[in-house]
Amino acid sequence: MIELYLFLVFMTVAAFIATEIKDLLAAVISLGAVGFSVAIIFILVQAPDLAIVQIVVEVVTIVIFVAVVFRTTHVDETIGKKLTSSHVLSIVGFAFFALLFFVATVRALQELPAFGNATMKVASEYIRLGLSRAGGANLVGDVILDFRALDTLGEATVLFTSVIGVIALMRSVGRKKLKA
Amino acid sequence: MIIFLSCIILFLIGLYAIVTKRNLLKIVIGFALVEYAINLLFALIGFRSGMLAPIITQVDAPHRFVDPIPQALVLTAIVIALGTTALMLTVVLRIYNRYKTFDIAEIRKLKG
Amino acid sequence: MSLIVKTVTTIMIGFIFIYGAYIILHGHLTPGGGFAGGVIIAGAFILKILAFGSEAIDEKKSEMGSSIFESVGALLFIGVAIAGLVLAGTFFLNFLPKGIPLHLWSAGIIPFCNIAIGIKVGAGLFSIFLALAAVKYVMTD
Repeated sequence: MIELYLFLVFMTVAAFIATEIKDLLAAVISLGAVGFSVAIIFILVQAPDLAIVQIVVEVVTIVIFVAVVFRTTHVDETIGKKLTSSHVLSIVGFAFFALLFFVATVRALQELPAFGNATMKVASEYIRLGLSRAGGANLVGDVILDFRALDTLGEATVLFTSVIGVIALMRSVGRKKLKA
Repeated sequence: MIIFLSCIILFLIGLYAIVTKRNLLKIVIGFALVEYAINLLFALIGFRSGMLAPIITQVDAPHRFVDPIPQALVLTAIVIALGTTALMLTVVLRIYNRYKTFDIAEIRKLKG
Repeated sequence: MSLIVKTVTTIMIGFIFIYGAYIILHGHLTPGGGFAGGVIIAGAFILKILAFGSEAIDEKKSEMGSSIFESVGALLFIGVAIAGLVLAGTFFLNFLPKGIPLHLWSAGIIPFCNIAIGIKVGAGLFSIFLALAAVKYVMTD
């Protein structure tokens, strides 16, 4: 699986560029590179449902990000400014926390089964009963719409709430026409 | 193990952007990176080498599938991530329209 | 945008829309489902606005339409769940007959849930796009 490692390295480099570059449009495009390599990794680990959703969601995310950048500014003027003491303190604090977190996750990940050997205690039951109880051939669809449909109802609620939030924050009352 | 650790590194890059960056748009990008890292970790945990995607194509064939449950959890999480990112960007746009800057240090000075 | 972009968009929008509807309706048989198909359908409308500019649409009417469709999708999804509660005694019970496996008309309530989620996600994302990216106004406060 050499291509999996290649995409992981590419993704990490693109993520680092996205956080550090001065041009905000370039940062958004690097974020898109991360998202599309995540989609390709989803295909490589046999998750076509996730790959389809990730690709289209990534396109919409980039469109919204670019719209915001076009309406505001291209330049990240905070890069290259003199560091204040609180900024230095936040970097030191982050480094300390990252070290602790890294050690803790290494110990926690050792408890997991190794890559490529997932234990499927619950999933084997779903796979056995999927076609007879739910009836769908797509087992992921069976899980999200039959066995765990309440989870999907909660997701729909969260999406509805965020749409209401966006519309309420951008509502047309009190807006003036753009002079252009 | 190394593959899981690369997800953790992506998570830490996103957290670095959230904690130490002073530009609001970079902070939103950091949140998006953290979301990608967690989604990817879930999908990688459910992988079994040599197995197929969890789509039944023949009724009687033996079922040799990867784990469908992490995929089902991540499927909803991806769409939620889009909703939360859009909400964050809306707040960022409103803040820019009021203060004409993305710098959180400047915004703190201009409070009131 | 230029004439080439506009012409290609006019030709492609129908195909993108049909592809989204296919992804939704076959969500219980092939990869995809309500989430993916809904976002693809929203993408078709977003492509139209990006190519023709937001002058090509009536903003008030589009906002109203997407709000109505989103509410209809959410109510349809909850309605399917409550139908299970009323007719068979359990919230979200798959009460319809399962049909022949691997055929389009199978899987009980799952296709209906897929259609409801597809309408809801598509309309929701399109209204987010309208509010964030397509409006021609600036805020003053």
